[in-house]
Amino acid sequence: MRVVAAMSGGVDSAVAAARAVDAGHDVTGVHLALSRNPRSYRSGARGCCSIEDAGDARRAADALGIPFYVWDMSEEFADHVVDDFIAEYTAGRTPNPCLRCNEKIKFAAVLDRALALGFDAVATGHYAQLETAPDGTIEMHRAIDMGKDQSYVLGVLTQEQLAHSLFPLGDTTKDVVRAEAAARGIQVAQKPDSHDICFIPDGDNAGWLAEKLGPKPGAIVDEDGTVLREHDGAYAFTIGQRRGLRLGVPADDGKPRFVLDIEPVSGTVTVGSREALAVDALACLQPLWCGAAPTGTLDCTVQLRAHGDEHRARVRVDPSTGSGGGSTVRVELIDPASGIAPGQACVIYAGTRVVGSATISATSRVRAA
Amino acid sequence: MNDLDGTVYLDHAATTPMVPEAIAAMAEQMAITGNASSLHTSGRAARRTVEEARELIAERFGARPSEVVFCSGGTEANNLAIKGLYWSRLAQDSARHRIVFSSIEHHALLDPVTWLAKHEGAEVEMTPVDKQGRILVDELRAAVEREPSSVSAVTTMWANNEMGTIQPISDVVEIARAHDIPVHSDAVQAAGYLPLDFAASGLDAMTVTAHKLGGPVGVGALMIGREIDATPLLHGGGQERDLRSGTVSVALIAAFAAAVEVSVSRQAETVARIEGLRRRLLEGIVRTVPDAIINGDPQPGSDHRLPNIAHVTFPGCEGDAMLMLLDAQGIECSTGSACAAGVPQPSHVLLAMGYDDTAARGSLRFSLGHTSTQNDVDRLLEALPAVHQRAQRASLVRAGS
Repeated sequence: MRVVAAMSGGVDSAVAAARAVDAGHDVTGVHLALSRNPRSYRSGARGCCSIEDAGDARRAADALGIPFYVWDMSEEFADHVVDDFIAEYTAGRTPNPCLRCNEKIKFAAVLDRALALGFDAVATGHYAQLETAPDGTIEMHRAIDMGKDQSYVLGVLTQEQLAHSLFPLGDTTKDVVRAEAAARGIQVAQKPDSHDICFIPDGDNAGWLAEKLGPKPGAIVDEDGTVLREHDGAYAFTIGQRRGLRLGVPADDGKPRFVLDIEPVSGTVTVGSREALAVDALACLQPLWCGAAPTGTLDCTVQLRAHGDEHRARVRVDPSTGSGGGSTVRVELIDPASGIAPGQACVIYAGTRVVGSATISATSRVRAA
Repeated sequence: MNDLDGTVYLDHAATTPMVPEAIAAMAEQMAITGNASSLHTSGRAARRTVEEARELIAERFGARPSEVVFCSGGTEANNLAIKGLYWSRLAQDSARHRIVFSSIEHHALLDPVTWLAKHEGAEVEMTPVDKQGRILVDELRAAVEREPSSVSAVTTMWANNEMGTIQPISDVVEIARAHDIPVHSDAVQAAGYLPLDFAASGLDAMTVTAHKLGGPVGVGALMIGREIDATPLLHGGGQERDLRSGTVSVALIAAFAAAVEVSVSRQAETVARIEGLRRRLLEGIVRTVPDAIINGDPQPGSDHRLPNIAHVTFPGCEGDAMLMLLDAQGIECSTGSACAAGVPQPSHVLLAMGYDDTAARGSLRFSLGHTSTQNDVDRLLEALPAVHQRAQRASLVRAGS
């Protein structure tokens, strides 16, 4: 096959490209320029969008002896990922930009461009496994390295997208990938893993959002509605957050308080005890199924954030009950979860297999606030 | 050039293969020890080689040997010219804080000028260009004459590197000279393809570099009038007229001279041959892609355009997609645009010429040189229809996303 290997400049995508070459594919390395101003994005060890990262990707491609180009995807990234991130926070939800980037950029804009230019597939360094079922369905499974598994941020991909995707690292642990990179003479073998959000240069999400959105004052209240203090913008808070609340007055019971709820219109942030965070039911919208949609009630597990725990759950799909006639998904959590915010993705698993994914729209607390 | 590996090289304006004479001169000199500043026999031998090279280059470009200042290449020569002139003129007369330059300069000139504006308080004025990429002389005159006593330097490239459009250097010189303002021209792309006569041009300073005319990368020269003061950028041993310090590279300079000798002596013949290839290339492109737009000045000749550059806009295509698809078939060209971290940016030259962002991104530069053959052109024309079709499809996908 003719394969575009998306190369971030990190060790994973470099080894993924190398493996695609070894598998006999005709591989072209492509680094995605996602920032309109490359200097403004996270550099070096922590990101994938800086000039150094582009250079690292180029050197890795040189080491593999494959052609290498930079594709400018900055407009698509700004529209679909950065603007979406801002809009979601404005609406009081907590988005996952990496998931959005996979859905709209890597396996959409990049894949479409690659197909139009005569390529057959896109290979990335994501940790996930693909298997073709007897009926032809492409199944996505968790990587064998559960610590690195990224099936959660790929759970939004459709069959059509998966049919043109290669994840050469799914059957390997990170240690092996690093050792392989070193053995292949790839310079970035010891480069640290990337974290956080690539377009927020210093990792200060709240500061970045404050700059984009300006002050939006509101109140922090306790579960009784007593105002504890004013804040400059609800976007500085995420559900489950404990640090940086600066409440001054301790809680009556002396225990730490957590953000329980954010009301986007008024900007009211409700805080309360750890116990009050626990959630045992979720309503989700816009499900995407990796294969056929489940019918009836499904006993399964769900994952609610990247690298989050698995929760045993019972999932029911209600066709045509969402706004605009789309399906909705109700999730009962047998193992309650905490710190769950609308906007996060709920990825549904049957064992290691991804069944589908949906966006959390509402949560029900075990102990109502 | 059709190498054994089948590469079709159509990017001679980026760099052109070294002529065998230059390779031989360089190899010969690399085997010889000697610092041209040393007083002993080896040093004198090295000095002799450098001075003979200087004399030859001066002679072929209409300069006096003492006007040839060797340096590392076009970027350094341009920096030395514009910063050197600005600082020296400003030191003599604190009113001279303005620089007048053109909107289509290479980054090697554009960036030092904008750096002077940002860090040294220079007031910089950009001369606009017409649709063919030629400066509007009246605009330049107006900019200078608004307050001639505040201008430290005027600079306009001889021929544009993306479009090949040749600039009205004699007009520029006339305007600057009338007010005793030093005038510089970046002649990097012109050297080798046009007859250059530094003395006759009336320029005070002119940039040339070796690797665009068959010499090695890493050596060039600023031709600068004896009487012109410029502040040096590099301080040290003062090897080159106290304007440029650093041990001179005998091997690079000898190879530079050999390349100048070859390119100037064969210029008429090479240009005639390349003009023919360029015509074949463009006729073929228009036949294959009828809506392709040929940019720049259509007319040949030393007042119009370089013989070796063909700049083409393919509406509805992205240049970088076409470049990649051609590269996959061993055909090498350029999008003619500047790159930041490998990210194609729309060319400031095309934007200055009034092209919009999309047209600027949808352009390719094919540049021919002394090794170009008809087979190179035919290979491109053979590959183009399929490449164009794919690139067009990729753009549609993008527009739809």
